Formats: sequence, C-alpha cells, structure tokens
Amino acid sequence: MAVLVIAEHDNTALKSATYNTVTAALQLGGDVHVLVAGSACAGVAAEAATISGVAKVLQADGTVHAQGEPESLAAQVLELARDYTHLVTPANAQGKSFMPRVAALLDSSQVSDVIAVVSSDTFIQPIYAGNALATVQCADPVVVLTVRSTGFDAAEKNGQAPVESIAVVAASSRSEFISQQLTRSDRPELSAAPIVISGGRGMGSGENFKMLETLADQLGGAVGASRAAVDAGFMPNDYQVGQTGKIVAPQLYVAVGISGAIQHLAGMKDSKVIVAINKDPDAPIFQVADYGLVADLFEAVPELTSALA
Amino acid sequence: MKVLVAVKRVLDYNAKPRVKPDGSGVDLSSLKMSMNPFDEIAVEEAVKLKESGIVSEIVLVSIGTQACQDVLRTGLALGGDRAILVETDLPVQPLGVAKAIVAVCEKERPQLLILGKQAIDDDACQTGQMTAALLGWPQATFASKVELTSESATVTREVDGGLETRKLTLPAVVTTDLRLNTPRYASLPNIMKAKKKPLETVSAADLAVDLAPRLNIVKVVEPAARKGGVVVSDVAALIDKLRNEAKVI
Repeated sequence: MAVLVIAEHDNTALKSATYNTVTAALQLGGDVHVLVAGSACAGVAAEAATISGVAKVLQADGTVHAQGEPESLAAQVLELARDYTHLVTPANAQGKSFMPRVAALLDSSQVSDVIAVVSSDTFIQPIYAGNALATVQCADPVVVLTVRSTGFDAAEKNGQAPVESIAVVAASSRSEFISQQLTRSDRPELSAAPIVISGGRGMGSGENFKMLETLADQLGGAVGASRAAVDAGFMPNDYQVGQTGKIVAPQLYVAVGISGAIQHLAGMKDSKVIVAINKDPDAPIFQVADYGLVADLFEAVPELTSALA
Repeated sequence: MKVLVAVKRVLDYNAKPRVKPDGSGVDLSSLKMSMNPFDEIAVEEAVKLKESGIVSEIVLVSIGTQACQDVLRTGLALGGDRAILVETDLPVQPLGVAKAIVAVCEKERPQLLILGKQAIDDDACQTGQMTAALLGWPQATFASKVELTSESATVTREVDGGLETRKLTLPAVVTTDLRLNTPRYASLPNIMKAKKKPLETVSAADLAVDLAPRLNIVKVVEPAARKGGVVVSDVAALIDKLRNEAKVI
C-alpha cells in the first residue's frame, strides 16, 4: 500500500494545506509519497522532503506545470496512479479542479472534503453545507480523496526524504493560461490563520473594513468576509468564508456585522472560539457564538482595538 | 452554437436539512426542492450568451427521477429551448452523472457545456471536471466571467488568491461560480410557454450508462452541536473572557 499526496504550492513554497493533507495521508497507512509538479520548483520539493513521515518526493519540473493547469496536472498524476492505492490532495481551488479529472479517468469515485479518516477505505465528509456528516466507504481500487485542511493538524517538519525527478507530461494544447490578478496581502493566509476577523453587510462599506484590518493586524490574524459583504463589493471574492468560499477553523473567529446564514456558518462553525458582534440580539450568529456582544460595531470594534493596543 | 446546461434538483437552499433518526440519510420528504443555485447561474449564462447572438440553442439536461422535470421546466421558463431527463431511480453520484452527461453530449454534440461549480446537497464539486475528463475536453472551473467566440471561451476563474484567466479551445466545459451573473426570475408568460417546450425522457438503460452508486453511504449523522454561549455586557467583559476563560488572545 502506498499513498500519493499531490502537493499544493506556488513554485516558491508549499501551501500550508499540504502539511495537513500529509497528516491525513499518514492515517491511511502505507508509504506516503509527495508529488511536486511545477516549474522551477526544486525549492518546493526540498521543502516537501522535510515533512515528517514522507518517504519520497517526486519532482515533475517543467513549464507545462507553471500555473497548475488542471489538464496537465491530472495527466501527470495519472502516469503515477497505478502504483498507489490512494491519491490525496488539499480540497482547495487547485485540488478541486484537477482531482475529479484524475478520478474519472481511473473510473474511481472521489470522496471530497474529507474531515476524518475512519479506515483506509472509509471517510467522513460534511454534506448539506456542513449540516450533516456522512460516513462513506469507497471500494474503488484507487481511492481518490480531497482533504479539508481544518480537519487535520499540520505535519511536523523533521523529515529527510529523498527527492526523485520524474518525466514531465506533454502540455494540453487546448487550455492556455492568459493572466492572473492575485490579491496582495501581508496578513496570514485566511484558511490557516489562528485568528480570523470577518465582516458582513453590517460593515456598511469597504472603507469600514479598515477597522477590522487594524484589529486583525494587532492580533496577528486574517480578515474574512461574508457573501453579503463580497456581493456588496466591500471585499474581494477570495475573502469569502462559507460553503462556497473558504472553510476556516481558527482558534478565534470574530464575526462582525454578520447575521449568520447557514451558508456562512458552513465555513466557520468548527472554529474553537466564536465571537459575534452584532446590534441585532436575534441574529442567528448568536446561536453558535461562544461570546456574543450586542452592540453597534462602529463603537465596539474601535473600543476593542484600543483596549488591546 | 449549441450549449448544454446540466441542472440538479436539490433541497432548497433556505431549507434546514434534517438527518433521519436511523442515520440512513437526510429526510427530504415535505421539504421544498429547487434548482441548485449554481445551476440557475449556469442557465442564466447560457441565456445571456444566446441573447448576445453567439449561441443558437440551449439544451438542458438533468439526471434523476421524474420529479426532476420541475427543475427542467424552470430552466425552460428561464430561456432553455428544450430539455432532456435521463431517468433513474438510483441515488445519483458525480461519476455516474458525468457518464450520463457524456452520453448525452455524444448525441447532442454541444460546443459548450455549462454546469454549476457544486451542488449544495452533496457539496462534491466533481461533476463538471469528471465530464470534461471523460470527454477529453478542457475545463474552466469556478467561472466569474465568460467570453465566447465560435472557437474559444476565455474564462476568468475565482481561485484561492484572487482571479485567473484562461482560454479554452472549444468544445469545453465551464462550471459557474456565484459571481458569474445574477439569475433572472421566470415571468408568468414564460412559465406558461415552457410547458409547451419539448422535454424528452430517456432511461439511463437506453443510454447504456451505469449509474449504480459507487460510494457506499454507511451513515449520516448530525454534527455535534456547539454548546450555548454567553452574551457579555461590554467590550471589557469580552476581552476578559477571551484572555482568561478561552485563553485565545
């Protein structure tokens, strides 16, 4: 039995979710290998080799993988798939895009967003926006999984696995990368931040999110947003926390001016401590909040910020 | 150009799902069912492309029981030209659905296939990608903008750090994200007209598609409820709780 983890990275460093995914992979039993497919990604492969428990790193280095093209990445994984009983990757935008392609071409089902490993063929996944947890069993010869990083701790970094270069697949001629516009942020990555301060429609404007940014910077946290705040144009899409945005489970989640629709709760209700600041005492968010403060956020947030300064 | 749009009948997004006491699944009886919200966005995008003149026909497809006819009629009222129901009484899973859509594509030969990015019931986020793989077509998931020509689709995608733009050579598969458009409402005259539009039913057996579920659902349970919290009186009390009780700051 051997497990292949497909690493998520930006050709410079591993994305933190890869560490959580290795933890899930180790729970399956068997040797864990990590595939680093990228362009000029030797540094990433070297980093992957230091993850505790990893037996071998496979490096597929070529321009075809420069932008994480799902067609090429799926083809690369398929070349290796028959040697493995399990293929595992983080359930982020990249993993969600390429992994089902691999599963279909292997005629395997995929179990998405695994939050717990019961045994090597049985897993727990949330369904219905996290309102139910399904235990599913997969009898396919190659078990294909995407892993929700908040379900597993990050693996340690004291390994020393060998790195092996492998042949790179040919490029797909029918999908071409044109451009990207990434949101610049010096704050911790939203899905891995220990503290998340999120704002909703109650923030009133994008300008007012500066209040939350100041508070987040003071606490070393990240800023998130509800769908209402994103739809209103207050914040970019990639700040959205919820069923269709990012799933977070920080130590502390502060929901400011967020009512608490089920689609939002799906993205944050596994946080260790939830704080809600809302002027409506009947807002559903108070039903999941450990600490609720019924107050005008425009007074409470600056007061909180100055008290913590 | 012909566009195929796949739609799924799911529990309405406003309804609170109830887990059956015997752990066999979610109780959908007597709850409102609707078209999956991402599929409404997919239909809307197809209709907009038709209104811009580049698309000539919109074919809708759904896989499931006869009850799925209602979401196909909804799609027809929103601007679909005709609909195909691939009928099965089996519970549907993404791999089987992808195979059924492939069978329909082989018959219909669309240039573009649009699906929602995920269904809000199983939250799988697989069908579009699986269909693209089985057809050997390129894909653009999580689309927030689609520009179509007769040969290509230029698609802006929502990715983790922001946006990414890709150009796909047709035929291709696109899956919709929330920000792609705002779906219109069906007008009463269009709902009446939709009743006369063609809706063909084919059985999965006739298409020779194996829809048998491959993942065995062992049990379904409710997640552990969070224990009730407290309402604090002011900011000072909140900071005190976070420092001394929860110890998170």
